[in-house]
Amino acid sequence: MKKLVLIILFSSVIAFMYYYIKAPTIPTSDTPSNYSIIEKPEIELCNTCPPGFVLNKKNQCISRNLYLQYNSLENKGVGGLKTALPKVRDGFSPQQIDLGRYLFFDPVLSADGTISCASCHDPDLGFTDGKASATGIYNSKLNRSSPSLWNVAYFKKFFWDGRASTLEEQMQGPLYAKDEMGTTPEQLVKTLNGIDNYNILFAQAFPDRNLNDSIKLHEIYISIAAFETSLISLNSRYDQYAHGYHKALNDKEIEGLNIFRSFVARCAECHTPPLFTNQQIAVIGSPEPVGSPFDPGAEKPFNDKSRRGGFKVPSLRNIDRTSPYMHSGNFKNLRETVEFYTKGRGHAVPENEELFLHWHIWEPNLTDRELDRLVDFLKTLTDESFKPKVPKNLPSGLKIDHYSNISS
Amino acid sequence: MFKKIIYTLIILVIGVFVGKYFYGGKTSNTVLPNPNTLYRNVSKVNDSAKTLLLGQEFSGAIFEIKNGNSIQDAVKEASPGDLIRVYPGTYTETVYIDKDNITFQGVIQDGEWPVLDGLKELNDAFLYSGNGIQIENFKIINYKGNGIMGQAGNNFILRNNWIIDAGVYGIFPQFGINGLIEHNILTGIEDAAIYVGMCDNIDVLNNEVYGNVAGIEIENSRHCLVENNLAYDNTGGILAFITPGLPIKTTYDVIIRNNFISKNNHENFGAPGSIVSGIPPGTGILVMAADDVIIENNIISDNDNAGIIITDFENGGTQASNDPESEPNPDRIVLLDNFMINNGNNPVGELKALMLTKFSTKGPDILAIGGGQGSSIRDINRYRTWGLGDFGVASITNTKDVKTFLLDKPVAAREISKEDLGEMTYYGVCSGCHAYDIRLIGVPTNVIQMIYKDNPKGIVDYINKPKNLRDDYPEMPPQDYLSENAKLAVAEYILSLKK
Repeated sequence: MKKLVLIILFSSVIAFMYYYIKAPTIPTSDTPSNYSIIEKPEIELCNTCPPGFVLNKKNQCISRNLYLQYNSLENKGVGGLKTALPKVRDGFSPQQIDLGRYLFFDPVLSADGTISCASCHDPDLGFTDGKASATGIYNSKLNRSSPSLWNVAYFKKFFWDGRASTLEEQMQGPLYAKDEMGTTPEQLVKTLNGIDNYNILFAQAFPDRNLNDSIKLHEIYISIAAFETSLISLNSRYDQYAHGYHKALNDKEIEGLNIFRSFVARCAECHTPPLFTNQQIAVIGSPEPVGSPFDPGAEKPFNDKSRRGGFKVPSLRNIDRTSPYMHSGNFKNLRETVEFYTKGRGHAVPENEELFLHWHIWEPNLTDRELDRLVDFLKTLTDESFKPKVPKNLPSGLKIDHYSNISS
Repeated sequence: MFKKIIYTLIILVIGVFVGKYFYGGKTSNTVLPNPNTLYRNVSKVNDSAKTLLLGQEFSGAIFEIKNGNSIQDAVKEASPGDLIRVYPGTYTETVYIDKDNITFQGVIQDGEWPVLDGLKELNDAFLYSGNGIQIENFKIINYKGNGIMGQAGNNFILRNNWIIDAGVYGIFPQFGINGLIEHNILTGIEDAAIYVGMCDNIDVLNNEVYGNVAGIEIENSRHCLVENNLAYDNTGGILAFITPGLPIKTTYDVIIRNNFISKNNHENFGAPGSIVSGIPPGTGILVMAADDVIIENNIISDNDNAGIIITDFENGGTQASNDPESEPNPDRIVLLDNFMINNGNNPVGELKALMLTKFSTKGPDILAIGGGQGSSIRDINRYRTWGLGDFGVASITNTKDVKTFLLDKPVAAREISKEDLGEMTYYGVCSGCHAYDIRLIGVPTNVIQMIYKDNPKGIVDYINKPKNLRDDYPEMPPQDYLSENAKLAVAEYILSLKK
């Protein structure tokens, strides 16, 4: 009873604050929180492109990498070693990308100013969070594992179940989900418009509009998408091998590559180079954690029983950085993950489920040695040379305090 | 008289010696195949191989591999344009080729072939990603994956190979453009013996496929000619498919002509869950969801289920998830004249059920079931057909104008100017550490410009072997993995940068 009263009291206080505190909703010192306010920073947006991009005359950053030397069948960006990538999403201005970087790391985007995009997509953890399933606002436990953001510029489907087809559409999921960042479009716009720094920065990033225009939702989305599409990882040791420098991989790793692309293991049939995903939905029957209900995956958004348990094939670039694995984060390490594929078609499917398992899920009978070599190979897909810097100061004045290696 | 006998004897002895010398020592006098593999252009007006190798004269090195040596060792040493000749013997290895323009030629002596034997332990026999790969005259046995698998190589020739029980697919080029698969014999393959998957412009000619689940399968591919093949004793003879859930979504412009497709009544031994495991035994030709397939002048006989089945996903028996991006119906199928006899003697599964509803005792020559539009047949009255009510009369009578689907000249590599290559390399690699006039991790590019003014070679030397010249910067790791072209291009690009 006492508890209930307390909860009601607490809720009223929150509701009161919500109505009466004018924007910005920057938490003030009397809000219970674990961050502190630092001096308002003076921030100017970067006028050069991030690594991996050349600036053209229209002030757009255009993607550049060694895969532009090649073609791909039907321009789909799937194939072998010297194959072009899928069509890239680029052309954002340096200022939009940099503004997106600030927004990405700024907890002011969440309902209570406690979590940012980077809370679940930490650059130091391969843009994931190291957890089996993500944690949202108010410590909510979410159902699925945070996917990596490396190379999203090339993706055509987003979310594990593939339900969004643009980054702008995708980011509205976590922003407005009650158990993720928990904000609303109204609150988000109001919050950012209430911060002088952001007004200045948005005017820099969107110079075509009138100086005194307010910050619009689509400008927020574009900026975050601009930053996300700048996260490029294409310079791993595997890539050196692919471009023709065969000494880049040792004998064990080459053996792993050959198992990876062999028609026994068949990894490359779905994790197809050069992105190491064919971007399709596949039903592979990977298990849920003990006690969790079966995740219907793509069945729901596509309203299609035959896609029950289907998930988007994830890219394997930087896979060594993004444990634990699978949609449910059920596998701790790469060795366990590759082993899943040789334990028998459908071995982890609950008895009451009838799934349309993908035809490449079969019984390859891989040996322990082969599984080890596969892991050796997967570790050659790591490249974080273009990892962006975490901002030292945020436009909101909030502090990023869960990063240890903050740089300028 | 005596003298005469002596002379005769001497001549005889000489004769024997000469004869032995010239005709006896087969092994030392094998006529080796022509290194540029154009030798089989006899008596063919339009030899497909010619267009693949247009203007290419052999000028590379020749590696001679004898029993006990490793083919892969030769691949590691070989450069584009080289020939690897393999003599009779048994080679237990997976040969992978991540280089362009390498030719593999088996030498057959006294009926002995070079044999790649996977001992049911190795995965694939040949695995290539390079362009211009040619593989001929190999016997490939006992692999678990594929006999020959290509991943994105263009302009290939795979010919005269003898592939027995080599696993899931016998010959499987994937993501390739412009390839010729001819004169191979394949048997005992648990999926498709010849599987053209996600390719363009492929000719499959003069092959013999028997005792496989599928003989020849054209899947999610365009512009394919399947001609003069002998397909018998498979579960299904020749297939043109769209399989849903693949990144390349279409099959169209396929001609299946002049093939012998008989007695494809083999029990289905496909792996559970595989797409072909749903093929009913006794199927001559199966078209599923593919468009613009022309079937012409084949002899299709004694296939116990049906001669030709044209179907969509739903009725095709595939146990795969739907793919909203994949159109499920076979459209504009054209059936020209085919010689069809004695098909449908023992229909199975759904066809059998259908037969009972029709009060028939036999399956049809041709069955069309499910969706699809615009299909046609030249002379419907010749055959026993079910479900062809929508079919119009074919507007063409033959395909004689299509000699090949191979391209007029090999698919060329993408043309990249030196400046473009320099730009790709600078922004794609160097920009992680260097920016024009600000310090990132390495020295600003404008400082490099001052040090190496008019000296791109100096930059190349530094890229290959950095020597730490400044205490205030970390040492650069060598970037020697870049190709020689890329190194020079990026050096010149760096010197030309203005901002």
